[in-house]
Amino acid sequence: MHGFAENAAGALTLEHISRRFGETLALDDVSFSVLPGEIICLVGQSGCGKSSLLRIIAGVDTADSGRILLGGGEIAGANRFVEPEDRNIGFVFQDYALFPHLTVEENVAFGLKKLPRHEARERAATVIERIGIGALAKRYPHMLSGGEQQRVALARALAPKPRILLMDEPFSNLDRGLRERVREETIATLRALGTTVIMVTHDPEEALSAGDKVVLMQKGRVVQATTGYEIYDHPNSLYAAEFFCPFNKVPGIYRNGRVETALGAFPATLGLPEGSPALACVRPQAFRLARSGQGLSARVVRCSFLGEIEQLAIKVEGADELLQMRTPDRIELKPGDHIHLTVEPGGVLVFPQP
Amino acid sequence: MTDTVLQRFSFIQAAHRKVGRLWLFMAVVIALLVLTPILALAWEALHGSSDLWPHLFAFVLPTALTQTLTLLLGVGILVILIGTGSAWLVTAYDFPGRSTLEWALLLPLAVPTYIIAYAYLDILHPIGVVQGAIRAVLGYSSPREFRLPDIRSMTGCIVLLGFVLYPYVYITTRAMFLTQAANLIEAARTLGTTRSRIFWRVALPLARPAIAVGVSLALMEALNDIGASEFLGVKTLTVSVYTTWITRSDLPGAAQIALAMLFLVIALIVIERWARRRQRYSLTAQRNRSFTPRKLGGFAGWMAFCSGFVPVFIGFVAPAAYLAIEAWKRFHMAGLSRQLVSEASNTIIMSAVATAIVLVFGIAVAYAMRLRPGRFSGVAYRLSTVGYAAPGTVIAIGILIPVAALDQFIDRNAMSWFGFSTGLLLIGSGAALIYAYTVRFLAISAGAAEAGFSRIPISFDQAARSLGQDATGTFRNVHLPLSKTALAAAGLLVFVDCMKELPATLLLRPLNFETLATHLYGEAARGTYEEASIAALAIVLIGTLPVIVLAGVGRQKA
Repeated sequence: MHGFAENAAGALTLEHISRRFGETLALDDVSFSVLPGEIICLVGQSGCGKSSLLRIIAGVDTADSGRILLGGGEIAGANRFVEPEDRNIGFVFQDYALFPHLTVEENVAFGLKKLPRHEARERAATVIERIGIGALAKRYPHMLSGGEQQRVALARALAPKPRILLMDEPFSNLDRGLRERVREETIATLRALGTTVIMVTHDPEEALSAGDKVVLMQKGRVVQATTGYEIYDHPNSLYAAEFFCPFNKVPGIYRNGRVETALGAFPATLGLPEGSPALACVRPQAFRLARSGQGLSARVVRCSFLGEIEQLAIKVEGADELLQMRTPDRIELKPGDHIHLTVEPGGVLVFPQP
Repeated sequence: MTDTVLQRFSFIQAAHRKVGRLWLFMAVVIALLVLTPILALAWEALHGSSDLWPHLFAFVLPTALTQTLTLLLGVGILVILIGTGSAWLVTAYDFPGRSTLEWALLLPLAVPTYIIAYAYLDILHPIGVVQGAIRAVLGYSSPREFRLPDIRSMTGCIVLLGFVLYPYVYITTRAMFLTQAANLIEAARTLGTTRSRIFWRVALPLARPAIAVGVSLALMEALNDIGASEFLGVKTLTVSVYTTWITRSDLPGAAQIALAMLFLVIALIVIERWARRRQRYSLTAQRNRSFTPRKLGGFAGWMAFCSGFVPVFIGFVAPAAYLAIEAWKRFHMAGLSRQLVSEASNTIIMSAVATAIVLVFGIAVAYAMRLRPGRFSGVAYRLSTVGYAAPGTVIAIGILIPVAALDQFIDRNAMSWFGFSTGLLLIGSGAALIYAYTVRFLAISAGAAEAGFSRIPISFDQAARSLGQDATGTFRNVHLPLSKTALAAAGLLVFVDCMKELPATLLLRPLNFETLATHLYGEAARGTYEEASIAALAIVLIGTLPVIVLAGVGRQKA
């Protein structure tokens, strides 16, 4: 692994990046920074601007305003613009963008044109070896499976020792089963190399599992940027909360530092006037079965068995909407059965009514 | 406050440093080059001697316009009948020899209009093969006792042009039948339409946009024709432009007739748009499954083949065979003259230089649009491709105006500064002719490059850039290798078109400079039949190359 991992891993800083396409503001004053060796997941619904941001960092698109620093040096700003070919930023595209007229070997060597020929060949061979695609070196892209293409794209982006690696939905073209395995392998490789990575995804699970930090975006703005645990446990907004978990939203009233709902009262510090409407967001897995006569009384409306867990749609007495409950226990209930529940307070978040 | 000012400033900076400025600049220059002859034409026609207009309106335009419109109308009807009929025949029916007919029907494309006229003038001559044979069968001994109607007439011209220009309609209509018709025809069958009425009720209405495109292409060729009309005695606008300039040296007059032609072209384009209003090619994502053709065996199959073979025979087999025989006779008798060899090399050099320039220009225009998509590059692209619609004479007159002035200017200055005369530098060197070829055929290469590039995902460009290639390097390493087949095919098409081109070549060639096409024209105009058959055969043979490519493409799609 020595001789390969000498990426001059760079810190990246984005300052007030904005980009407008006609009438729509695709990026609105985006700022955050990435430490050397960090893996960042840029997440959000499609159209939130995450891919635009990636293209602007790579330099294939230009921001209308703002500044980008890489390893302390300005690569884009008011008076400076480094062309993408001079940035040394690696890019793995969603469709991989492997050149169909070149073999795997030639694809990997594509970014090494500045090296003397034998050095380029050596370097390409090292990378191919390290990514484990040696057997594919002489093949053309159309002869490869999706997972193989993904690895070639990774190898090609890593070959010129990029200061930072950008990945746009790199696993979304893979089958579900394959996706997780390839993702784990890829992340392991990148960690071993100490590469700084910004990865775009729309999959919440992928965002939480893959990165050191999650940057959640909405309509061109950064909503929250923090660790996976933090954003899952303490989301700073309803949007952030709902992005990572299919909460049950139960309306209530904010009174005496608590939100009173049909499911009970939950402590909250919302800084709202007394009597304001508020929302208690209850995780589906926060419901616990209780003994008959204790807790809330509810009726089972639907049961779906999902394998590892069971999902129930329940009608809780006093609540207007159906609620979703998830449990790993095999409880074997039928629609129409009556049950009793308690709510785990740790699985409840409280927000002002939007 | 300063912040927003700074941000605005940086935005302006960003716009300026974006890549591809050089390419965009080239695209704009190319668009201006293409536009210059047309603007020069309008300027010369409108500003030149205005007392010419009454003369023109009274004596030249009425006849020329009537003759031209009659020709276009006749050719239009004929190409619709032959093109649509033959396309339906090979799509809806299966019979012995159908697959051969499918590509053979394209062959007349290889025969330029002036060559088919040249060939049939001799084939159907009162004392030629065909009429001689008829008289022998009927027992007459002299042309005075029996002769067919003279081919040198409007009717003759319409028929001959129709039989070489119908493939334009055949190609577009057949593509429509193959890709669009299957589901709709099957649906019509299940709704109770009989086989015999399918053509009128479904296929023909469906093919209307395709027919409109094909006919407009065929008519632009007919309008462009100079040889056939002149040999057959039809005084079209093209012929008028030519004679006004060549015999009367009246440039403003020629420009005025040429401008009238340009209006005719615009009318043609408007009619084409109108004919396919509310209908456009919607190449649905669904596969192109052709419907099952009806099998015809025995006599019916024979009849189908024969009727499909008629246009191939008249438009290609007969004239090609005639030329082959005549060329062989001539070659046997006198060998190849040195003059013909030098004409062939003139043709090849001119066409090759023009092809190279057309390819480079076409690529530049299309790549500029890819690098900097937007209104600016889009307009440059569209302006660069307007030449395809303008007849060769129009372009030639348009080029003659600025180039002749420039030649005089250069000559005067060379005289006063260096004390020698350059003569007609641009026209004499053939540069003016290559300019004309470029204007006329740029649409072919620009279109091919644009289509080729559009099949390459934009992520390829971004990947190459992020891997250290600049815009030009990206083109060299990614776009060029990935679109080289399309570009090569376009190059072949341009080369053959340059080689066949007659009207612009006649007007802009240097003094005493002959190509194969102008040689043929000269002999046919003089009524001598010497080496022209060899020149004609060479043109037809090279002309079949793109037809073969075209047939291959059609086969892949089908």
